[in-house]
Amino acid sequence: MAGADSDDSLYPIAVLIDELRNEDVQLRLNSIKKLSTIALALGVERTRTELLPFLTDTIYDEDEVLLALAEQLGNFTMLVGGPEYVHCLLPPLESLATVEETVVRDKAVESLRKISHEHSPVDLEVHFEPLVKRLASGDWFTSRTSACGLFSVCYPRVSSTVKAEIRQHFRTLCSDDTPMVRRAAASKLGEFAKVLELEYVKSDIISLFTALASDEQDSVRLLAVEAGVSIATLLPQEDLEALVMPTLRQAAEDKSWRVRYMVADKFSDLQKAVGPEITKNDLVPAFQNLLKDCEAEVRAAAANKVKEFCENLPEDSRETIIMTHILPCVKELVSDTNQHVKSALASVIMGLSTILGKDNTIEHLLPLFLAQLKDECPEVRLNIISNLDCVNEVIGIRQLSQSLLPAIVELAEDAKWRVRLAIIEYMPLLAGQLGVEFFDEKLNSLCMAWLVDHVYAIREAATCNLMKLVEKFGAEWAQNTIVPKVLGMANDPNYLHRMTTLFCINALSEVCGQEITTKHMLPVVFKMSNDQVANVRFNVAKSLQKIGPVLDSNCLQTEVKPVLEKLASDQDIDVKYFAQEAISGEFSTIILKYNLHRCKLMTQHYVTLKLKKQKT
Amino acid sequence: MGEDSESPKINHSFLRDYVTEEDLLATGDKGGRVVIFQRETESKGESEELGESGEYNVYSTFQSHEPDFDYLKSLEIEEKINKIRWLPHQNAAHFLLSTNDKTIKLWKVSERDKRPEGYNLKDEEGRIKDISTVTSLRVPVLKPTDLMVEVRPRRIFANGHTYHVNSISVNSDDETYLSADDLRINMWHLDITDRSFNIVDIKPANMEDLTEVITAAEFHPQHCHLFVYSSSKGTLRLCDMRESALCDKHSKIFEEPEDPGNRSFFSEIVSSVSDVKFSHSGRYLLTRDYLTVKVWDLNMEKGPVETYQVHEYLRSKLCSLYENDCIFDKFECVWNSTDSVIMTGAYNSFFRMFDRETGRGVTLEAWRENSKPRAVLRTRHVYTGGRRRRGDVGVDSLDFTKKILHMAWHPAENIIAIATCNGVMQ
Repeated sequence: MAGADSDDSLYPIAVLIDELRNEDVQLRLNSIKKLSTIALALGVERTRTELLPFLTDTIYDEDEVLLALAEQLGNFTMLVGGPEYVHCLLPPLESLATVEETVVRDKAVESLRKISHEHSPVDLEVHFEPLVKRLASGDWFTSRTSACGLFSVCYPRVSSTVKAEIRQHFRTLCSDDTPMVRRAAASKLGEFAKVLELEYVKSDIISLFTALASDEQDSVRLLAVEAGVSIATLLPQEDLEALVMPTLRQAAEDKSWRVRYMVADKFSDLQKAVGPEITKNDLVPAFQNLLKDCEAEVRAAAANKVKEFCENLPEDSRETIIMTHILPCVKELVSDTNQHVKSALASVIMGLSTILGKDNTIEHLLPLFLAQLKDECPEVRLNIISNLDCVNEVIGIRQLSQSLLPAIVELAEDAKWRVRLAIIEYMPLLAGQLGVEFFDEKLNSLCMAWLVDHVYAIREAATCNLMKLVEKFGAEWAQNTIVPKVLGMANDPNYLHRMTTLFCINALSEVCGQEITTKHMLPVVFKMSNDQVANVRFNVAKSLQKIGPVLDSNCLQTEVKPVLEKLASDQDIDVKYFAQEAISGEFSTIILKYNLHRCKLMTQHYVTLKLKKQKT
Repeated sequence: MGEDSESPKINHSFLRDYVTEEDLLATGDKGGRVVIFQRETESKGESEELGESGEYNVYSTFQSHEPDFDYLKSLEIEEKINKIRWLPHQNAAHFLLSTNDKTIKLWKVSERDKRPEGYNLKDEEGRIKDISTVTSLRVPVLKPTDLMVEVRPRRIFANGHTYHVNSISVNSDDETYLSADDLRINMWHLDITDRSFNIVDIKPANMEDLTEVITAAEFHPQHCHLFVYSSSKGTLRLCDMRESALCDKHSKIFEEPEDPGNRSFFSEIVSSVSDVKFSHSGRYLLTRDYLTVKVWDLNMEKGPVETYQVHEYLRSKLCSLYENDCIFDKFECVWNSTDSVIMTGAYNSFFRMFDRETGRGVTLEAWRENSKPRAVLRTRHVYTGGRRRRGDVGVDSLDFTKKILHMAWHPAENIIAIATCNGVMQ
């Protein structure tokens, strides 16, 4: 095998093996990632007898190396000689499953689960199951937490005596001294319940679930909620009331807000799991309580679920339940004291209109939308505006337009540039729904104002926005409304605004088409090639390159080329560079370079912004 | 107090914390260094003279924090270690949290006794082999070697605090801990370094309105949702994290009504709590202010159940102590393993122990010679006028530079560790 290879092919492998223990983490990581190459060169025999024992003991390494190792070993079956020998992989994975870093442990468990399927039923009992037992009774909680994730994969394929042992081990871990282990057990309870026979679900799992759901640590109790949802899906309807509901009811009223939060967060899943009857009788009041919870985090989580919950209500009584039980709570949330709650609600409330239909929406929901559009918190308003399409389908946006406009204007002038950025992104959508006339009348001036914003990110988004508007409203509209304004900025005393003209031309040339570009834009670009600011001049070069594909070749040769050649002899080095790049005509490469360069600039830009933010 | 006679001590500048089970003791110093001591076990001490049980030896030393500079605020960040806390055991390695004024770090202290051997392209001396001689591949083999202690940084929890961190405390749920600075308490997940949750914020909208600061904070030893913090006004607030995400509203406030007769310019300064500790049982709280240690019952908010005078004789000297800044010294206090004895520090290398059963206090002196295991500690008395016995020390001759601020008590045995200041003993 290895000896038969020529020295030439041996050398790279030798380097890889040596670098497994190099001082430099990056080199070790590199070698580990090529572990399959090493194993292939060594052959299955030596991989089993030499490589794996070595790897078993390398758990001292950095986390990222261990993580890569844990991942590699999950795909190693063929490299140790196929399913017959797959158990050789267990020792290194076992030691990886006990390290302190959660990410590594989880990856080791994942790989163990993967290779468990490659074990024959006999091997599973002889090799795999003992490993699970060893982990489950390990001294340190790290190994016991790892064991929790392995029960469910071996349970279905072992004999009934071993099954009984596995159940016993799981039960022990559920009452472990360390909260960490109980948490791991609680989070795997649902998964384990799925592979158990129904009789054991009823006898074993329910009692474990009840115990975990009343654990003294709230971090354990909250994980039991999720398990409860999975268990509820397994049980027949008639057992739910007696076996699961008391515990879930208790969780919804838990003393700790974190547990209630979890219930709110999982509410839709829960609703689906327990079915329509229990939903009507139990979940509706519970949901009302969560919407009125004293802790804002819980209210926010519940508010997020309002739409989904209403959607999944049984059809026959949906409207009554919403109108009599849910809507009153929602009305209160609109004027909640906490802005996170309000913005969570704003992100889903529009969805209710499709469920309730036109009349109810106009009568009950519209006042709420309008109230939220006037909310003091910009995020709430933004969330409403971003979901306008749902309402549009039901009642048409005209109903809202009178309140919409002030809200949009205010957001457009918000002091926070992120808010302005967000509203710009909704402009094309709004324009589409409001129509050309309304847009020209009310919003056009806003879009133009953004072009001269003092934040670059806004100006950039504004140019992009123009392009999308033209895509919507067509080239003719562009020529009449925006092109003159954009070109007018070419004479602005501020060079940043003059550059914005160029950026707009870059964005618009393609959507506007050859005629407008050649007739109206190109002369302006040519004129700007004499600009006194070098930044403008080299952007002229870049623009010419950008709009080149739109122009016909005659125009390129007779008009564009002379200008570029003039720029190529500019005294400024950057102008020269970009002009030459443009002439060489390698469009793709220059764009690539330009983008890279811009990425760098953007990162710098954001870093400075971030620093400024921290400072304030 | 019979147990005192069996108390070996470790003298070290700025000692901080003590670990369960494995008999490790971690200390931090002004230079950002952490030194870990290990207690020699019986089996290792081969001869009677050399390996006395209970002797502590240096196990590992590492640089935890480096001096840093906050560019935004133009402030220097000292490397001085403020607190060290051990984490509960999770595998064969030990983990500790250390913090300076701003940044908390998680360290892993592990032992390693194997070393890989055998290269393909180098011989054992490290010389590069001729490639043509490499005809087969060698997989390195792990060989036993001398025990090495490795300390590695695992996580750095930065940018969580605007003010100076004074406490860190690990939660009983094994996955979170809190860190407190002058105005805020944050809760961190041990696996997540880029996010922390603010659970207490007492910063007023206007800093002019500031009347008190947080001086210490600690989690309950069993209930993961309870924690307590103390303030410069002498109050303790117990918070329940189940009630809400932001614990600005305490669930219990422990406060002793001020005695109007004793009011003076200094009464607010001396009532500032410098340390707070839950008893091992979780039932009591121990606090230290400048002149007293107090024991509070969690079930009684209106006042402490026990109060012990640490150095009442200093009450008349507060003025001069104010002038030399000693009045702002932050003394720590500790429980013994059974919660029956409490200990706290004083000046002149003295420290005080109080037996809660009898209410008796004893003053002991820490100095290097009696730090041998099982040496009997000398009891000392401070002479306050009137009768004076041999060996007593006058109040005026107390050395205020020799203060004992930091200390720790072994969680299971009667072994205490006392930190003497000023690096004299280091």
